[in-house]
Amino acid sequence: MSAATVHSAVEPAEAPLTPESWGKLGMWVFLVGDAIGFGTLLAGYGAMRLTSGDWPNPYAVLGINLTALMTFLLICSSVTMVKGLEWLGKGDRTRAVQYLFFTALGGAIFVSLQAYEWSHLIHRGLHINQNPWGATLFGTSFFLVTGFHGLHVTGGVIYLLAMIRYVANRPDPAASYNAVEILGLYWHFVDLVWIMVFTFMYLF
Amino acid sequence: MATAEHKHPSYMAIFWYLAILTVLELIVVFLPFPKLTNNLLLGALAVTKAALVAMYFMHLRFEAKTLGWIAVTPLAIATLLVFVLLPDGFAVLKKTDTTQQPAATAPAKH
Repeated sequence: MSAATVHSAVEPAEAPLTPESWGKLGMWVFLVGDAIGFGTLLAGYGAMRLTSGDWPNPYAVLGINLTALMTFLLICSSVTMVKGLEWLGKGDRTRAVQYLFFTALGGAIFVSLQAYEWSHLIHRGLHINQNPWGATLFGTSFFLVTGFHGLHVTGGVIYLLAMIRYVANRPDPAASYNAVEILGLYWHFVDLVWIMVFTFMYLF
Repeated sequence: MATAEHKHPSYMAIFWYLAILTVLELIVVFLPFPKLTNNLLLGALAVTKAALVAMYFMHLRFEAKTLGWIAVTPLAIATLLVFVLLPDGFAVLKKTDTTQQPAATAPAKH
């Protein structure tokens, strides 16, 4: 019909916001939704902290040496991620895969350190429903927010490993460039969220 | 080719900015400023770091402006949410203050 012809002629073949691919726009939309989720968690954390008179001093209880190291590790993994994409853009698939592997390794070490931190804190008495330092919600919000972020990192490591296979299976580097850029968006977002979590839950 | 479309910034420079800002955060925590001043400084440092990651690592600076507006929407929503929750928070604080005061000042009357 004429209506359908007009429609397909008017609508551009690719998303005008992200001309490279629809997938990139899709990832951005997903990340915006995910950011609202994290934003709500952190705003809720702030409200709970404000309404509890006996909120413990986070950096005194949790310690920030290990988490500062974890923050640095995520920043490094973000750099290896962009380097991987850069090498893929230059056509060097081997280097790109190497850098993606380093990124996944950084993520895996991050989650391992978080598991170590959690077990250490649980051993000292921090639980989801009680803790020896004050407000019960301190433990609840701590495990909820850092756990939600940790799950994102775990998902990211699996995503990275899957994409390493994806790149390795495609002889033409240009064929996987867009997909790796979309992966990068997710990984940097996880880094960005940790910057916020580290500041509001550990340093404030 | 899609790869030629991005102007790549110096990623190592962004890395050093992020590392330096993280060290600054760790210094600010132990500065003897009032809590509010400290938190404002920490908040500003965190937003700067997040902006660097979004603008350069996520290439937002080189994307269509509309995508940037879409990307900052959650930040606006979260900020709004804080203001929505604040009156409730203060109301609870006030309530706990008034219930604790009589017990502290005149315990004999009970």
